[in-house]
Amino acid sequence: MPKRDLISIEDLSREQVELLLDTAESFLPVLERDIKKVPTLRGRTIVNLFWEASTRTSSSFDLAAKRLSADTIALKASGSAVEKGETLKDTAITLSAYGPDIIVMRHPSAGACQVLSRNTEASVINAGDGKHQHPTQCLLDLFALRQTFGRDLDGMKVSIVGDILHSRVARSDIMGFKLLGMDVTLVGPPTLIPRGIEEMGVKIEYDLANLGDADVIYLLRIQKERIKEGANFLPSLREYNRLYGMSRARLRPGQRVMHPGPINRGVEIGPDIADDDENLIALQVFSGLAVRMAILYRTIVGYTDAGSEEVL
Amino acid sequence: MERTWHKPLPVVDLLIRDGRVADPLSGIDAVHDVLVKRGKVAEVGKALAAPKGARVFEADGMLVLPGFVDLHTHLRTPGREDEEDIASGTMAAAAGGYVKVFAMANTDPVVDTAAALRGFADSARAEAVVPAGSYAAVTRGLKGEQLTEMAELAEAGAVAFSDDGRPLATASLVRRALQYAKVTGRTIAIHAQDDSLFKGGQMHEGPASARLGLGGIPSLCESLDVARALDIAAYEGAPLHVHHVSAAATLDVLGKAKARGLKVTAEVTPHHLALTDEAVASLDSDLKMNPPLREEADRLALVKALKSGLLDCVATDHAPHSPMSKDVPFEEAAFGTTGLETAFAVLYTYLVKKRSVDLGTLVTRMSQAPAAIAGVEPPAIRAGAVADLCVVDPRATWTVTPEGFRSRSVNSAFLGRQLTGRIVLTVAAGRLAWEADA
Ligand SMILES: [Zn+2]
Ligand SMILES: [Zn+2]
Repeated sequence: MPKRDLISIEDLSREQVELLLDTAESFLPVLERDIKKVPTLRGRTIVNLFWEASTRTSSSFDLAAKRLSADTIALKASGSAVEKGETLKDTAITLSAYGPDIIVMRHPSAGACQVLSRNTEASVINAGDGKHQHPTQCLLDLFALRQTFGRDLDGMKVSIVGDILHSRVARSDIMGFKLLGMDVTLVGPPTLIPRGIEEMGVKIEYDLANLGDADVIYLLRIQKERIKEGANFLPSLREYNRLYGMSRARLRPGQRVMHPGPINRGVEIGPDIADDDENLIALQVFSGLAVRMAILYRTIVGYTDAGSEEVL
Repeated sequence: MERTWHKPLPVVDLLIRDGRVADPLSGIDAVHDVLVKRGKVAEVGKALAAPKGARVFEADGMLVLPGFVDLHTHLRTPGREDEEDIASGTMAAAAGGYVKVFAMANTDPVVDTAAALRGFADSARAEAVVPAGSYAAVTRGLKGEQLTEMAELAEAGAVAFSDDGRPLATASLVRRALQYAKVTGRTIAIHAQDDSLFKGGQMHEGPASARLGLGGIPSLCESLDVARALDIAAYEGAPLHVHHVSAAATLDVLGKAKARGLKVTAEVTPHHLALTDEAVASLDSDLKMNPPLREEADRLALVKALKSGLLDCVATDHAPHSPMSKDVPFEEAAFGTTGLETAFAVLYTYLVKKRSVDLGTLVTRMSQAPAAIAGVEPPAIRAGAVADLCVVDPRATWTVTPEGFRSRSVNSAFLGRQLTGRIVLTVAAGRLAWEADA
């Protein structure tokens, strides 16, 4: 069987996404037990290779692997590969000594997963590459949506608000949301909305007042670099907050807020939303565990629709 | 005065029999024999007899074309002989049907002094299987500050001046270079790029970059810089050559400048004529080049302009890179693709076979037009001319593989693609430069 990578949401069909979400759901009871562990991936080796700091994503993957009884190795590279003098290709070759089944990688550059995949027998799971893709975030977002709104997301309306230009989460989410039949609108300042993105089948809005009948408002993190001198993406965080910061007053009743974390309080999200229990942010984090278990599991056993129950 | 140098290989006696000779300059497109004696075309005609000792090459069903001239090659020598040297680069040129190539000055050290240029000439005399010439830099060390000693460089044989790899960043620098070029009689060529718009760019800015999350290089980055240089060229009444035009927007400004009588010439690469930014979705770093592959509308406009002559010639921008620069994530990879060995086959496959451009026009744009821009004798297949020609098998289809290259580098944007048209023989400056394995 050829190995299966998950580098982009585009690697998955709608059926495969739904199967992954179903598989994640079947893992939920495990996470409620006293002993939150199944022997499913015993004897398998999973490497977490993080070239960018990300405690959240790496811990989520690590715990997911442990819940499935896999052996895990974590490699955190500080600084760039170039500084270390070892190329990604060298790292891939070195890692093959462990005979990993899966390498989960986060990397600052788009295209890193392809280089890794060419140089390893292991399946590659993209945990974020540059501004390109973050497919597991998208899948956990979909899972959180299903937990909240039910299995059928078809026709639901989502507005993604903020720095679309620099966001791999936005790109994966647009693809995944569209794949499941949702309606996607992008909202943000024109400086942060990439030219030509409407060809992904999304609507574009520059004014937050036009959130309209969106069911979900998905806020993106605003990085401090965007206000760096000379970059001129934004005049100031204050002005961003004034135009696009989300607060309770700007929401219509029933609209739910999501955020990939970590949040910037007072920039893209007001404390009234950050602190209430209407938002789906905690559910997203929780969903990450079940979804990543499902991804690791499906990567190894395949995407055939064999019932997951018997392995639990 | 010499503008190219080559190894003193023996000149050939050769009869090329029964090939379709297609030479727009000589006005021939018919099946003929071509007799080469002591490196010169002795006769073009029917049923010519092979003189004693002459080699006979059966070209039945093949094309006999004027050899190609490349105005834009990176030979990487001196400095990066691991990526290309003059021997490997000119061998690649020969294998692509080229009979003359002109190397860019962005070597290490930069060709910015007459001594450096003489060093290039010496290496070419020792190693070049196809005559090779060189540009000289516009500014010392390509730093964009101080002009090189252009008059002396011109005397030493610089074909033209270019800081290729870098734009001429300010209007005043473009102006001074164009003014001073009147002393040297050589053209200034520009790698057009507005650096403030280029910053952080990885690929063409458009729907594909939006989807991939890669930094965009807008068409405006090129067209604005070309427009500015053309205005200055008009003001100074100086000629200008524009490297590697990639965007439809640039063609608009170029068209207007030509219409008002400016002495401007422009080149286009095979990859910009054949591929688009959609191909970058693979994140294969061999598809990363500068200027970037643009959209289908741009590509179609380039093809049309090549046909009409608004784009004067094809140039490869052959840019060899080591695996250290290319077998890395897309965003970390160097810009550039090789091109000498695939140029004709790519254009034959993507343009001639699809009837977008006829063979005669392609030959003019690859051979005689660039020769005229370089100020060298245009290759021609007629009695008395130096034998600068190639024989092409237009039926041969082949797949581009890393193993198939003579170039020392394998970073081709066309790897894995199937092409039609294979160069089977190249005679450059009357010398046998290339013969494909049977
Ligand atoms: Zn250039
Ligand atoms: Zn170049």
